[in-house]
Amino acid sequence: MTNSQPEMKRFEALDELLPPLSANEAAVESARCLMCYDAPCTHACPTHIDIPKFIKKIGTGNLRGSARTILEANLLGATCARVCPVQELCEGACVLGAEHKPIAIGRLQRHAMDFAYGTGIGLFHPAKATGEKAAVIGAGPAGLSCAGELAKLGHRVTLFERRELAGGLSTYGIIGLREPLEVALAEVAMVEKLGVKLETGQELGTNLTQAQLQGEFGAVFLSVGLGATPSLGIPGEEHILDGLEYIEQSKVDVSRLVVGRNVVVIGAGNTAIDCATVARRLGATQVTMIYRRTEMEMTAYSHEYDFIKREGVSFAFLTQPVRVHAENGAVKALACVRMRLGNADASGRPAPRPVEGSEFVIVADQIVKAIGQEKPSLAAQLKLKTEKGFIQVNAEFETNLPGVYAGGDCIRARGAASTVMAVQDGKLAARAIHERLVGRG
Amino acid sequence: MQVHRAFEAGWGGAVWKTIGAPVLNVSNRYGAWHYGGQKMLAINNVELISDRPLEVNLREIADVKRAWPDRAVIVSAMVESKPETWHDIIRKIQDTGADGIELNYGCPHGMSERGMGSAVGQVPEYCEQITRWVMEVAKIPVIVKLTPNISDIVMPARAAVAAGAHALSLINTINSIIGVDLDNLEITPNIGGKGGHGGYAGPAVKPIALNMLVALGRDSVVSESKLPISGMGGISTWRDAAEFLLLGASSLQVCTAVMHYGFRIVEDLCDGLSNWMEEKGFAKISDVVGRSLHRVSDFGDFDLSFRAVARIDQKKCIRCNLCYVACNDTAHQCIDLIAKDGSVVQPRSYDIQANGKEEAVGTRPSVYVREADCVGCRLCYNVCPVEDCIHMVEEPSGRQAITWGQLSKSQRAVTEDWEEMRKYREKMGIHIH
Repeated sequence: MTNSQPEMKRFEALDELLPPLSANEAAVESARCLMCYDAPCTHACPTHIDIPKFIKKIGTGNLRGSARTILEANLLGATCARVCPVQELCEGACVLGAEHKPIAIGRLQRHAMDFAYGTGIGLFHPAKATGEKAAVIGAGPAGLSCAGELAKLGHRVTLFERRELAGGLSTYGIIGLREPLEVALAEVAMVEKLGVKLETGQELGTNLTQAQLQGEFGAVFLSVGLGATPSLGIPGEEHILDGLEYIEQSKVDVSRLVVGRNVVVIGAGNTAIDCATVARRLGATQVTMIYRRTEMEMTAYSHEYDFIKREGVSFAFLTQPVRVHAENGAVKALACVRMRLGNADASGRPAPRPVEGSEFVIVADQIVKAIGQEKPSLAAQLKLKTEKGFIQVNAEFETNLPGVYAGGDCIRARGAASTVMAVQDGKLAARAIHERLVGRG
Repeated sequence: MQVHRAFEAGWGGAVWKTIGAPVLNVSNRYGAWHYGGQKMLAINNVELISDRPLEVNLREIADVKRAWPDRAVIVSAMVESKPETWHDIIRKIQDTGADGIELNYGCPHGMSERGMGSAVGQVPEYCEQITRWVMEVAKIPVIVKLTPNISDIVMPARAAVAAGAHALSLINTINSIIGVDLDNLEITPNIGGKGGHGGYAGPAVKPIALNMLVALGRDSVVSESKLPISGMGGISTWRDAAEFLLLGASSLQVCTAVMHYGFRIVEDLCDGLSNWMEEKGFAKISDVVGRSLHRVSDFGDFDLSFRAVARIDQKKCIRCNLCYVACNDTAHQCIDLIAKDGSVVQPRSYDIQANGKEEAVGTRPSVYVREADCVGCRLCYNVCPVEDCIHMVEEPSGRQAITWGQLSKSQRAVTEDWEEMRKYREKMGIHIH
């Protein structure tokens, strides 16, 4: 499994896919926006950015005002401009979508964000110090959003992160094609500049205790995300790579990422598609995604599915892995069985059942699994109430423990988990925490 | 060379602009007004008349005319206000074989500071005097070009009629400052750190030009003179051309649109106009000229009982709500947002946690006009971005036709006293909330 591509080529292969808009392109696109009143794009955006407002500011050359409009509603505007499933959100709701082309809202937002980060202008100044302290556990999108909003309100915020780098999935889990590492890290730096104290290598339950937190801080926000990729429970699973780790390596240590020639990706969600993209772009000649249901049930966004088909990835639907064939530690093939769809299961989707005697083999020298993530383990540890395994919160994002709030993927019992939803959780939780902190004084 | 190319492209004639007094031009002579991603909705210029030697211009005019005997070559002239100077230039133009002369009384910058151009056009007496000098020696048709930089364009037009001119043309450029550069606070365009007023032209001036064209057509002195009018001012497409013809111009001049896109635009000017004329059953240009002029009226002659209301085609509506905000913020507040269940809702009344395209599109209210409250202002119709979506529907008002002119004669008190007006409205059932 040698990779003959020079290192530079490998880096370029995962460079950001969409080029930035030129100033002229942005002006033309901004002029095309109708400036709808009470616009559906704003309604569709989970953080309700006033989209016509920021777009028209681009048109008038008020990029500073444009960036501020975005960041006031969504502190992680630069990440969201790149990773949001805009087809399902703002752009999907654009009134021009039906007969024309919707406005390229994501790319216009990136234009304004690139200006803000490129010029390094400080758009926000923290309010007068309140003397209150809050802790945020987990520096992913929800945590950064909550910490940043609390700092803006004048609170002293400490942001604890178990990993070496902050940013969560923006840093480790989104392929460079959609969001370069620097963008995620620039947002972390912006939040720190607001006064948030970042402490990495700190994990609740190992070197940080609940008692410590509750003793020192007036409120705690948990934005711990989800756990590892679950086990498939098949022989030879130890030879299967974890999809999230695969993506992580493609971002932070691409030179050491070994990519097979014949790669099988198990799963058909957005992470699985990202894994297949990495494999294909870093030199795999054959990439096959296998999924036990059909394309009708796959959880990936339809635009992502369209994208990966164009990348030259093949699909094996109604296929379930049963065993890994390996020789001397090297993967040789994946044995699978055919499935057929039965009655709906708990998720409302038809339950797949194995077809007897249908076993077959897919030749592979690398197998990656991306079949979702484990529920947050912290819930049990902290004796938090849960809903379907996710941390349960009320309308104010408060858990059953008073003063302990939660948001982001770890509470996403309903609806699709996404960065922008996490940002909104963090923002709303920060408002609730602020009420608690200043109300108490 | 440029005139040759224009004729090759199909233009029927050229106005050779402008020869006369010696000049020197400056750099950065054109400014432009861009709006909403559209380039050059208007241009402004501080260019003077031709800075090429008079003899060169005259020789080239003669050459062009020889090469294109079937095309009209009109020479625009502007010299100092002395009879002998005008006599001299007119004779020189006539010697070239040109078909006509246009007297440039319009240029609002530079030349006007030297007592020429609009300095003449703004004073009807000067207009008349100089035109008389010209007519003393003119053997070819003389067109007087009018400046719009005047309170009443009819006055210089009458002066031209009195002096015996053969035709009128309008409008020349409108005085303007195009803008200020917000980076260095200098005037645009920047001429060595300075800037100044210039002549404004292009698509944005068309409505002003049409109004002035109509003013001539409706003036008894000018219309009885039967002088042909050459129309210009923002003509860019065949549609503009048709409107100028319908309001009384019998020939048309185009400049800014050619400066923007080149001579090739004449193709669709002719093609579109011909197709439209064929569709409408007009055989020749004279069938079109002035055909809509009789519909131009004064406010005092409008029927106060005519009623139209806005109606929104729900199938075409894309729910941009631009009509809603326009009506509610700046008009008669008679458009409502109606939810799926039929209730009237306020904007942004969705839950802060709601999101996604299905939610946003699926719960988006519809816009409806409360027709009883609609005064037919037509603002919504104008802001609607969808073609044929909002219609102004004529509705019977139930009242007899009456104009303000008639009302002020028959019931004078109603037009002078608010209490009388209130009683009149009550009697007539005119409800304005």
